Amino acid sequence: MSKIFETPLYPYTRHADQDAATPARHKVIVIGAGPIGLSAAIDLANQGVQVLVLDDNDKVSFGSRAICFAKRQLEILDRIGSADPFVEKGIEWDVGKVFFDDRQVYDFDLLAEDGHRRPAFINLQQYHFEKFLVDRVRDLQDQGAPIEIRGQSKVEAIGQHDDHVTLEVETPEGSYTLEADWLIACDGANSPTRRMLGLDFVGRVFEDNFLIADVVMDADFPTERWFWFDPPFNRGQSALLHKQPDNVWRIDLQLGWDIDKEEEKKPENVIPRLKAMLGDDVKFDLEWVSIYTFQCRRMEQFRHGRTLFAGDSAHQVSPFGARGANSGMQDTDNLVWKLKLVIDGKAPEGLLDSYNVERIHGADENITNSTRSTDFITPKSDMSRVLRDAVLDLSENYEFARPLVNSGRLSVPCTYDGSPLNSADALAGPAISRPGSACPDAPLPDGFLLDHLGDRFVLMTIDADASDRFVEEGVEVTRLALSVRDDPTLALQRRYLGDAPSGVYLIRPDQHVAARRETFDETQFRTALRRATGKE
Amino acid sequence: MPDTLILTPNIEAADDFYADLLAAHDGLDRAGSDALNARLVLILSNHIGDRAVLAEALDAAGAKSK
Repeated sequence: MSKIFETPLYPYTRHADQDAATPARHKVIVIGAGPIGLSAAIDLANQGVQVLVLDDNDKVSFGSRAICFAKRQLEILDRIGSADPFVEKGIEWDVGKVFFDDRQVYDFDLLAEDGHRRPAFINLQQYHFEKFLVDRVRDLQDQGAPIEIRGQSKVEAIGQHDDHVTLEVETPEGSYTLEADWLIACDGANSPTRRMLGLDFVGRVFEDNFLIADVVMDADFPTERWFWFDPPFNRGQSALLHKQPDNVWRIDLQLGWDIDKEEEKKPENVIPRLKAMLGDDVKFDLEWVSIYTFQCRRMEQFRHGRTLFAGDSAHQVSPFGARGANSGMQDTDNLVWKLKLVIDGKAPEGLLDSYNVERIHGADENITNSTRSTDFITPKSDMSRVLRDAVLDLSENYEFARPLVNSGRLSVPCTYDGSPLNSADALAGPAISRPGSACPDAPLPDGFLLDHLGDRFVLMTIDADASDRFVEEGVEVTRLALSVRDDPTLALQRRYLGDAPSGVYLIRPDQHVAARRETFDETQFRTALRRATGKE
Repeated sequence: MPDTLILTPNIEAADDFYADLLAAHDGLDRAGSDALNARLVLILSNHIGDRAVLAEALDAAGAKSK
């Protein structure tokens, strides 16, 4: 068994900044080298923005943690490099089974839609995920990109100023001071940054505990997601079994909120639970066990002057639905292009407030879904339990009840409906690509659509004339001319035109739709571009 | 299916239906009856399907108990 999470990946080394007479100033500092912090840094470095990542550790995360990565996140990985290593290592799955009490009530197939480059989901341990991102950082460094990770560099104090942030960084050789024009805090649910700035979460919808175990076994379970409601081996609670690469199986046992965490974590208490779940004759090794406590809540604001919060530091949800790491990656996907424009002086600082608006919308959507899943999984009143059990009973024989079964609504890309960056929808096209949507992928003769979008504003025309390029207040838009004549699967037509004869889309650097019309109108699209960059 | 909730008499042989409803609960304890009622609500709700009609039904049922 590889112990990837025991090898230092970015060990501490002394840096000239530590001996500088005056504090070194960095363009962007990211706190936290987890999936979100590394994604943010890679995205920035790709676009030529100098970035330094500080992490209090020097290794990938311990244990599997976030294990389920959705298509949108793989598309983001493609945009900032390549999702290939992740997809090759990861496990694809599309079948799920639902158990209630002592029996299976039904199974389902996710029936992933054709015509997308990436699968609906892969399962991959967070430590592999982080390792691949660090590999990407090393590749960028080899190409001379301005990106650096400093391990065992713990931020002990933060000073906020109008035009920069100061950081006190503790290392094995003492502390030193750094400055940054911008700070992105990706330091997790217990974010020290949040604490140091005296900020806290609002709302406390609920709290629960999970025993999370990685077990290694050669058992012949199929690659499926198995979910139990109220099983004999975990009465009144839920359980989840999911396969990961390397014959590692992830088991989540819900424990409820009133538990003794240290007691529950002891192997003599864990192993009998797992035996009851897997059967006495199944041989397994317990690789990692942890108690995960979550609360479902978010910060009131994700932007505080020059400090921006992303990922779990800004919001937390229950594990059902794989909405933690997935939503965190949507945060930085949303943030980085805006920050780049502001740093380059091509957009007002106010554009960053739209990060707040759009990602709070995303966080609230996740919290709503997560709360509903939890209400189904752990009914809060006698009658909600009666109704829940009725749904599960009916689901065994009647298909109609199955959409009501809620073991987590799996993460799908957030649509920024109502965002101040959107222009009013001016195309009688499909809802799936309305302003605010993440562009759905589609096969093209030379690959996939999303490979042609991202990191810049694109004017996508489908059977419509337009300028090949225009510049509005320093922001350039380049055209991508497509036609349904080159649309063998009709996916482009179905996803972007519907019944409309033509379409012109203004697409943001994060591959979200800013505006769409049936034909090109330069004045309208210049206005749309100003709006999408916080100038209207 | 009408697009507003019917709140005027709509069941033929109402007494027979009511007897069927009671008979369905024969021999059940409180928990069993609660479960049956819940299944029945879900089945009928799915049959109606229309969210606006269901919302009217929830309002009408809730108003009665106030």
